[in-house]
Amino acid sequence: MKLAASNITHRYGPLPVLDDVSLGVAEGEVVAVVGPSGCGKSTLLRILGGLERPDAGTVATEGAAPARSLNPITYVFQDFALLPWRTVAGNVRLPLEEHTMPESERDAVVRDALNRTGLGDFAGAWPRQLSGGMRQRVGIARALAVRPAILLMDEPLSALDGQTRELLMDDLIALHASGELSTVYVTHNLDEAVRLADRIVVLSRRPGRVRAEVRLDRPRGERRAGDAALVAQARDLWELIRADAAAADRELAR
Amino acid sequence: MTEPAGLTTKPVTFRGDLFLPRTRRVAGAAALVALVAFWQLASSVGWLDPVMAPSPREVFGSLFALARSGELAGHLAASLGRLFGGFAIGATAGVGFGLAVGLFSAVRSPGVAVVSALFPIPKIALLPLFILWFGIGEGSKLATIAFGSFFPTVVATYGAVDGVDRSLVRMGRSFGLSSWSIVRKIVLPGALPGILSGLRIASSISIVLLVAAEMIGANRGIGAMVLAAGNLMQSDRLLGGVVVLSLLGLAIAGLLGWIERKLTAWR
Repeated sequence: MKLAASNITHRYGPLPVLDDVSLGVAEGEVVAVVGPSGCGKSTLLRILGGLERPDAGTVATEGAAPARSLNPITYVFQDFALLPWRTVAGNVRLPLEEHTMPESERDAVVRDALNRTGLGDFAGAWPRQLSGGMRQRVGIARALAVRPAILLMDEPLSALDGQTRELLMDDLIALHASGELSTVYVTHNLDEAVRLADRIVVLSRRPGRVRAEVRLDRPRGERRAGDAALVAQARDLWELIRADAAAADRELAR
Repeated sequence: MTEPAGLTTKPVTFRGDLFLPRTRRVAGAAALVALVAFWQLASSVGWLDPVMAPSPREVFGSLFALARSGELAGHLAASLGRLFGGFAIGATAGVGFGLAVGLFSAVRSPGVAVVSALFPIPKIALLPLFILWFGIGEGSKLATIAFGSFFPTVVATYGAVDGVDRSLVRMGRSFGLSSWSIVRKIVLPGALPGILSGLRIASSISIVLLVAAEMIGANRGIGAMVLAAGNLMQSDRLLGGVVVLSLLGLAIAGLLGWIERKLTAWR
């Protein structure tokens, strides 16, 4: 399944946040959206999944979702968005409860999702007992449990410390190894973008416009943290947005 | 002096007392025992007039006598029935209405306006009206208590719903949860701690209204018993009723605390 946003324009009151942004993600592609803070990246992601209505422009899917997909367009959130009153397994089970299926199958899906994210031993733990990295793994397990066709990830590693981020980055790369998941990955971290993406869309400062698109040809599996080529790419990206980021930094919040 | 002049060491003084009192259950119980003991002492020594302020021994003595004769059970049963009946009606309606105010724009402003206008009315002032409407019997007392517990519950509930993390609701929407599922599985559990603290306030208000209503028009009930004892100058019996009311309040607070611990074990 493909997802395409065309000519998205959006404002919050008098404040324009997105200006005529078009963005598509092809089957199995990982698109990273980067830009200075306040450029509307997260707003764009919310619009892509129907969580927000744009002032102008359209979002459409192309092609059918796999028959077994319970929630074709699925989010992974920056703040994890786990229910603190549900256990790890209960959080993964939550979206499955909306669908009629035998209880045994639901259990199996939950167990499988937890095992895939290394959470098999933590099914009965409360979110507050988990580290940030483990909480985001629960968020990823919950997303996998509904078998998405398109994954929308909103700064999924931004709330984590550097070491945990590195560990989860490996998990995310493994997750995309099968090439079945289309992903839009919003981040302000350029290193994450060059590690993970097939294509990087650079947005300008507010109001966000598409400023550049960079295609990365090297297979994800061959990229290593600290590779000279990756570092150079990240630096090039930084040169692209540096002036915008500096200007955004000096803007008064509204 | 082995040190050169000007290089004296001085320990850094601690200045991190953050006023964080610790809970000591024993100290709490001891304070109550000491209060009763001091009261007994004051009576035994003769500081207190036995008619105006009977000793704890006399108060508990008359309380036991009331309990043995079955009179206390009768009064207590009447009071508990009114209290739980009225509170159950008021709290259930309050949570329901509070949820509606917290969730729907159509209910929000009209609901808040009506609640703000009616909340400050001393509910006991409405008892005569409720007697006209529902008769002098149980109906008017239930209505007063229900009405009195309704408003604080509404205010606490919609405040708690407002406080539910909207990113959790967004998560629920993004996974295709129905509105009913979101209310049941995200909004209600998230609002529960706030709702429970509202119920605590509502239960205290209910006890106040219970006693007031029973003093105005009832033959049975703790409030009626206290009033009758006062009219007959039976101050030991009067204070016995007051002790029962104190214990009743403690028991309800304890029950709500227990429910809170059970339901919010995840915290």
